Amino acid sequence: MDFSFLEFYQQEFYDGLWTTISVSLLALVFSLILGTVIAVLRISGVKALAGFGTAYVEFIRNTPLVAQIFFVFFALPAVGIKLSQFAVGTIGLSIYTSSYIAEVIRAGIQSVPRGQMEAARSSGMTYVQAMWYVILPQAFKLIVPPLGNQFINLVKNSSVLAVIAGGELMYFTDVATTEADVTPVYLFVAVVYLLLTVPLSLLVHFLERRWLGKESS
Amino acid sequence: MDFSFLTRADIMKTLLDGLLVTLEVALFSILFSFICGIVLGTLRYTKIPVLSHLAALYIETVRNLPLLLIIFFGFFAFKEWGWELPITISVIISMTIFTSALVGEIVRGGLNSVDKGQIEAARASGLTYVQTLWHIVLPQALRRMIPPMVSQFVSLLKDTSLAVAISLPELMHNAQIVYSRYYNMTVPLLIFVSLVYFVINYSLSQASRQLEKKLAG
Amino acid sequence: MRKWCTLLLIAAMALFGAACNGTGGGGKIADDNSLEQIKQRGKLVAGVKYDTHLFGYKDPADGQVKGFEIDLMKELAKRMLGDESKLELKEVNSKTRIKLLNGGDIDLICATMTISEKRKKEVDFSRVYFMAGQSLLVPNNSPIKTVHDTKGKKVATAKGATSGNNLKSVEPGAQIQLYENYADAFTALRAGQVDALTTDDSILMGMQQQDPNFKLVGGQFTKEPYGIGLKKGANELRAYVDQFLDQIIADGTYAKLYMKWFKQAPPQDLPRQAVQASPGK
Repeated sequence: MDFSFLEFYQQEFYDGLWTTISVSLLALVFSLILGTVIAVLRISGVKALAGFGTAYVEFIRNTPLVAQIFFVFFALPAVGIKLSQFAVGTIGLSIYTSSYIAEVIRAGIQSVPRGQMEAARSSGMTYVQAMWYVILPQAFKLIVPPLGNQFINLVKNSSVLAVIAGGELMYFTDVATTEADVTPVYLFVAVVYLLLTVPLSLLVHFLERRWLGKESS
Repeated sequence: MDFSFLTRADIMKTLLDGLLVTLEVALFSILFSFICGIVLGTLRYTKIPVLSHLAALYIETVRNLPLLLIIFFGFFAFKEWGWELPITISVIISMTIFTSALVGEIVRGGLNSVDKGQIEAARASGLTYVQTLWHIVLPQALRRMIPPMVSQFVSLLKDTSLAVAISLPELMHNAQIVYSRYYNMTVPLLIFVSLVYFVINYSLSQASRQLEKKLAG
Repeated sequence: MRKWCTLLLIAAMALFGAACNGTGGGGKIADDNSLEQIKQRGKLVAGVKYDTHLFGYKDPADGQVKGFEIDLMKELAKRMLGDESKLELKEVNSKTRIKLLNGGDIDLICATMTISEKRKKEVDFSRVYFMAGQSLLVPNNSPIKTVHDTKGKKVATAKGATSGNNLKSVEPGAQIQLYENYADAFTALRAGQVDALTTDDSILMGMQQQDPNFKLVGGQFTKEPYGIGLKKGANELRAYVDQFLDQIIADGTYAKLYMKWFKQAPPQDLPRQAVQASPGK
């Protein structure tokens, strides 16, 4: 097999790897924030807010990421906002991932008995305080392992940016296969993705065993 | 914002053709990954040396890779190796390779959730290991697998849109063909196509929830 | 001495092959039944573009694929199999076409494919049927006037095509962005996500016909002779296609089709053989 493409496209590869990592990390931060907000909306008890949260989660989860990315890519310029592919990718991935993260966080929070919230509120805490100091720390262990899985998905899903010339790892394969055999390029990139995702996956397994008592594989 | 395509029979026909390809690919992929997933999951559960390890290796590798990479691989690399496959088949194979790993994990999780005491009891009453698996464990496990399995298949259905990257004439690609001609329809078409995916996937999820309730009650 | 031996050997093999053909035997050389296969099947499968206005384009209005190349293929089917409805079209793009040809999905490629030395190693080409050259498409109000104005600008093109590398060798400062196909690249240009689009002027002309808010600038900075791509060794089919092209050029069919799509008379100096000439290579 001919791996000489690594020499020709070295710079493109490093750029791609860096973009995959940075877009995934950025989207993780944003989707955590957005996901938490949506989760809180859903359990807020206020009908309109909960309804909005539910609609958001259901709509985003049931539509393809590709459509969402294209939408952000083409719809924003139509209203005069022009963003780089990197920014478009970060926004698209954040929106998509937030709908999954919202569900993870909601499940975690709801696993904490209702009485605790009531007790915290009656002892004078505000809703936000009670959430931050009482509920979330307990839900943490239940939330983190599935969050890890979502992060793995995020890294994998960032490959979709290739359809808008996003400049990440999968786009690198498009560049490299212009003038090279495809098999070595894809095998190489597959190994790189595994190097990114498998350690995360092992960490998730470890946390699941440690915190959730799940049986090891 | 030009929504006039809604009244144009020609464009709706193009989109419908795309939807049929999407459904065809999804249906076959679901069928095959269900079968392969059950085999993989059961192999991993049984702890038969070598076989269960191979299944584990397969599952862990594939589920840590981006689906888009597998789709590219299934299309370009197979061609490079001289395997003649129509594009639809190559996408079905790629989707099956990917989804069967995830279904395998769901199956293993379902099997593990069955009380070990029942297995011992069944074995003690004279059933063979295979009989126990088939008559006692699988039926109970299957019931628990339905919700995650359906959500996996919902993912599969929307992920068929990734094949837009290799010009499979599915819904997303056909929408692109239309909006590359009528630029003003770009954003409206993306919204419309998303709604189509949503309606199908949401109905699927709701149906699965009903089924779940029925089985539980 | 060795050269003569080789030549002699080849001649002997050719004779043997001819003898086998003559007696209807199935010798090794007679493996090339590319043309026979198509005739027996009664169907010609051509790989064409679905997204390239003027050449091969699927019209959403009626679902029909139309264009100069499509008409060429229809004419070929008509002359080869007696009926243009015996033509089956398969969509290809710059990235998939050679793989589909060598995988046996299609009999030939007629999809704005430039004859290049590199591609000649993978496929055989017919004679030249169109002479294009790479150029730039920009919005009417764009500051880009020449190739060198693309320095630091985002320039879109399609995956698998050589256009990106060509532009890079003329203007290394251009930022090339690869899209799945030209339709996507054009949508990105229209959305303002890129500053220019580069590929053969023939393709750009089609886009400009669709949307007059864009214009061609920068002239032709490469020579892109289009040829019909055939599986390596499909000599019978290639000879047939060559003869077909010569024929339609001679009898005026070619000029008629050219006029229909490009609204002008075909160039009189279309060479039979030519190969891609790009800057810096």
